[in-house]
Amino acid sequence: MSAVVADLEKRVDALLAEHDPAATERLEFLRARFDAGLAWVWYPEGLGGLGLPQEHQAVVDSLLAKAGAPGNHPEKNGIGLGMAAPTILRFGTDEQRRRYLRPLWTGEEVWCQLFSEPGAGSDLANVATRAVRDGDTWVVNGQKVWTSGAQNARLAILVARTDPDLPKHAGLTYFLCDMTDPGVEIRPLRQITGEAEFNEVFLTDVRVPDSQRLGAEGEGWRVANATLNNERVSIGRASERESGMIGVVSRTWRERPDRRTPDLHDRLLRLWVDSEVFRLTGQRLRQKLAQGQPGPEGAAMKLTFARIAQQASGLEVELLREDALRYESDQGWTQVRPDRVDFTGRDAGYRYLRAKGNSIEGGTSEILRNIVAERVLGLPGEHRVDKDRPWKETAR
Amino acid sequence: MSQPPVLDLLPTEVEADLRATVRGLLDARCDAAAVTAVYDGDRAVVTPLWQSLTRELGLAGLLVPEDRGGAGASAREAAVVLEELGRAAAPVPFLTSAVIATTALLDTDGDLLAELAAGERTATLLVPLSAGPQDPLPVLGTDGAGRVSGSVTSVAGVLEADTLLVLVATDAGPALGVVGASAASVVPVVSLDMTRQLADVTLDGAEVTLVLDEGEPAVRRALQAGAALLASEQAGLARWCLEETVAYLKVRPQFGRVVGGFQALKHRLADLFTEVESASAAAVNAAAALAADDPDLVVATCVAQSYCSDVAVHAAEEAVQLHGGIGMTWEHPAHLYLKRAKADQVALGTPGAHRTRLAELVDLPGASA
Repeated sequence: MSAVVADLEKRVDALLAEHDPAATERLEFLRARFDAGLAWVWYPEGLGGLGLPQEHQAVVDSLLAKAGAPGNHPEKNGIGLGMAAPTILRFGTDEQRRRYLRPLWTGEEVWCQLFSEPGAGSDLANVATRAVRDGDTWVVNGQKVWTSGAQNARLAILVARTDPDLPKHAGLTYFLCDMTDPGVEIRPLRQITGEAEFNEVFLTDVRVPDSQRLGAEGEGWRVANATLNNERVSIGRASERESGMIGVVSRTWRERPDRRTPDLHDRLLRLWVDSEVFRLTGQRLRQKLAQGQPGPEGAAMKLTFARIAQQASGLEVELLREDALRYESDQGWTQVRPDRVDFTGRDAGYRYLRAKGNSIEGGTSEILRNIVAERVLGLPGEHRVDKDRPWKETAR
Repeated sequence: MSQPPVLDLLPTEVEADLRATVRGLLDARCDAAAVTAVYDGDRAVVTPLWQSLTRELGLAGLLVPEDRGGAGASAREAAVVLEELGRAAAPVPFLTSAVIATTALLDTDGDLLAELAAGERTATLLVPLSAGPQDPLPVLGTDGAGRVSGSVTSVAGVLEADTLLVLVATDAGPALGVVGASAASVVPVVSLDMTRQLADVTLDGAEVTLVLDEGEPAVRRALQAGAALLASEQAGLARWCLEETVAYLKVRPQFGRVVGGFQALKHRLADLFTEVESASAAAVNAAAALAADDPDLVVATCVAQSYCSDVAVHAAEEAVQLHGGIGMTWEHPAHLYLKRAKADQVALGTPGAHRTRLAELVDLPGASA
């Protein structure tokens, strides 16, 4: 352990010696950091890492932060770092890994996700966007939805149907799509908060080279599931007491003694307890994962996260009463395009509305309950009439 | 918000072995039919089971240091035992004697602690089962000759005890005294939960041996430990209800299919799973805080008690409901768990009382404050 840390310190010192953060252009520094294997140490050598356990990253991050080194703004490329990168690492060819991972990590290339469609939400395997082979390229046509950050994205991870004669899970293929292709049209999707975090993306004769296929033809469902598992792992973390929505409403409670009522007090305390237990459950889950024990609580964690966020933000609106009826911070209802979403940001009304998405995005609470019931408790699966039939023959 | 320490919430190898041992013994000597029989006055299961747990496995000594004749284990091991006892709705006085009375005696001299640890004697504290760590406590008066008199109602663990611990009024405040159970008038109560049957106790000029001058802090510490560890019993009870219900719904057919395949029931069980997992994390955390004598113990206990109490009741109610008609019968053990869960909810402070205490501790004052 200490030998590893000492080695990391040496590598950081060497990087800083060769590239003084104060005198080096930001991107140049980030590229050098990637090439030194200090971007994500748990990635393989040559791809920004050193093949070390992930926990060592904190050492590197804190040393570089202390030295005033620039960061890669992970909040601006959440899909890229959290979902595209691990999927490319696992399923990509050597050439794809070398081509995409470096600019992804430095933030030069931001990624978005072209998965959901109007007819394929919870039933993601039902995607109807078609990719038809034309020599060594694929021609893609269809409509995607709920694409956050599409307007800033250079690239996308894309799931499309390549064989409609096969059952739905078997006929899908996973691609890396260039968002600057002239056939890509991005329209903001305005949501209940008034802003447009998401987009609809229309794909018309978009040409994707076969070299940008990730995994084998027909293997798209398996690759997409690897991506989505990363999404669920990245959702629902709380390591500190009073983090997240309960922290916000607790602060409001302390600041506004004039608004306290016995009814709200009881509800607040119940939610405080629920939030604390959620934190402890997450802590135990992380301890299990650190020991290499896969925990079945992941889907359950997200269920609880969504419930607490919704109940706590709803409670805060009632606590603030008429003050919460003013929807004035930021732009009000004006459609804005936020760079990143902050569940606990803006005012109580915004938080209440945005939290409605928590039980829908990244797997609805209903689907998560199915997952818990079937995969954890071993109860029978849902009746699936379309599972083994050719996709083109199923009702849509 | 100051941050609590990160405690180890995973079982050690020793704890896992202990769990397997206790479960094995309970499987062999605490079957549901024998437990149900206590409701009809047949308490034949109680004494042999308690002797097995104490004299064969030495579990009464878990919280007693080795140099005082105990096993020198910790609250974490006691929590494992309670989880298993909750799972079996076992009618033994582990909580009242090996946790609460034992903790009250930790600062005393004399042989009683060692005798409790060895399973040679069994004790209980004369407070109502419902008394939480913050509640007013019964303090009994003495006459000129130092004999103690008074009554305490709804006390748990008396029927199994040969020794009673009692707070005795002295000029210097309440002291902790020891009274032989044979010197007390004990009236068993027909209890909602007969697996932890209550009794009304009257002392009428009973001889008492004072063992600790500072009685009240010792008793409050004991009730605090009891509350922290009761959460593990509740988590174990809830786990049994979940597992038993899931197992039954996988085999119970109606409408030509097993009812566990109906989504309305699957979703309820998924929610219950979420609650049970959360309850066990909260319970382990409280036990770990107690074992570490952590400053966060009271918060951890309030959180665990208010959460696990309600989850245990919910799990037992779901077990009864989702079993359908069979869940309402005397024959099926679900009712043992419902009764234990409901009594546990009231025991050692209600969930609401623990939340009220929590409000002070984490600076969330109520409306009038």
